[in-house]
Amino acid sequence: MEELLIDMHVTKKIHTSNGTEILDVELKISKYQLVTLFGKSGAGKTTVLKIIAGLLSVDSGYIKVGDDVWLDSTQKINLRPQKRNIGFVFQDYALFPNMTVKENLLYAYPHQEKNYVSELLDIFHLKGLCERRPNQLSGGQQQRLAVARALARKPKILLLDEPLSALDYDTRKILQDEIILAHKNFNATTILVSHDINEVVKLSDYMYIMHDGKIVKNGTPQQCGMVGLL
Amino acid sequence: MDFLFVETIWLSIKLAVLTTAFLLVISVPISYFLVYSKIRFKSILHALISMPLVLPPSVLGFYLLIAFSPTNWLGEMMARYFNLHLAFSFAGILIGSIIYNLPFMVNALYNGLVSLPNSLRQASYTLGKSAMTTLFKVLLPNIKSAILTGICLTFAHTLGEFGIILMIGGNIQGQTRVASIAVYDEVQALNFEAANRYALFLFGLSFIILVMVHSINKNNSTWKNF
Repeated sequence: MEELLIDMHVTKKIHTSNGTEILDVELKISKYQLVTLFGKSGAGKTTVLKIIAGLLSVDSGYIKVGDDVWLDSTQKINLRPQKRNIGFVFQDYALFPNMTVKENLLYAYPHQEKNYVSELLDIFHLKGLCERRPNQLSGGQQQRLAVARALARKPKILLLDEPLSALDYDTRKILQDEIILAHKNFNATTILVSHDINEVVKLSDYMYIMHDGKIVKNGTPQQCGMVGLL
Repeated sequence: MDFLFVETIWLSIKLAVLTTAFLLVISVPISYFLVYSKIRFKSILHALISMPLVLPPSVLGFYLLIAFSPTNWLGEMMARYFNLHLAFSFAGILIGSIIYNLPFMVNALYNGLVSLPNSLRQASYTLGKSAMTTLFKVLLPNIKSAILTGICLTFAHTLGEFGIILMIGGNIQGQTRVASIAVYDEVQALNFEAANRYALFLFGLSFIILVMVHSINKNNSTWKNF
């Protein structure tokens, strides 16, 4: 049995196109796994990711990460996002427009040894672009920078919110390989939000299928019948 | 150029610079609070701050004059503890000016912060940065054009203030007689040539500042244009 890293069960009222729904999600994620939250838009996938990051509050529930309690509504524990050891890649990448590529990385962890930042620039093929501003990068380069910045603090958990949805097919394929590589190199347990079946099958060890704020199925992509849909 | 003219112009500029500097400092936390705080009724606070936009300056000036009076608790307290006599003094017109121009600075910063995607702030938090570091390193540097617009508008608007300054400060040479008051005073004395000098100065400076505001906004229409 692989070591359990994230154990969580949370509920929250959410507003969807069908009116108010109750988000009720229980996840058990093993260390170093790459797990996908799969479902239509509005199913609550991003909400779950933001709850794990501490960016959204819950009505009730708990989040345990290893031996640490990040959230426990009964004991009124709710760690701030700053105290949770995570890396978050936003759907719009949220790169800081006033900083260069290198400054974006240094902002993430200024005390990190200098070699580490240049290692990150190398791994993500950003070396030649380090003096550029985010708006001078292509979509793929912006995505790489967003992942590199999220990994700069060596987080335990990497959260990716549909990071490839805005990119063309070829770029997506290349970046999917890079996400696998980054996941292996940095040993971060990774949770990916996606609604692309190809991406889910290619990337994930395990998946949760969400519908209207609930988990309706979970297992490996094969167990969930995803492979047959390709 | 005569001494009185220079002194009056200098007082106008001093008032505008100090008002703008004070407002820049206090408007950052106020607009941050208005944009990001989750408390209810903050629209009431926002409306209160915006009141000078619609209120006749004489109304605000009247209430401030009453408050500054030594017979009132505020005026008495300021006089007793700080030796500050606010009615008919430069300190008084400065305070009036700050209150009167609050919406110009606050609304400019508010609009800048509201236009930023929420993910920028959230990304900074997930990178372990405090709200304060996020404000100074991420949010404010990305609303530079809004800050410059606020500075220019506040400065220009202070130069053009009339009603509130006349109510609180009167027309004391070297203390409360600013250029906009001088225009009125010279016209009352049928001294049209002197009035014209002040008027031309105000017209020219205000025009230059507005040209600056429009060129800033044209070059930086959104936060993305870096």
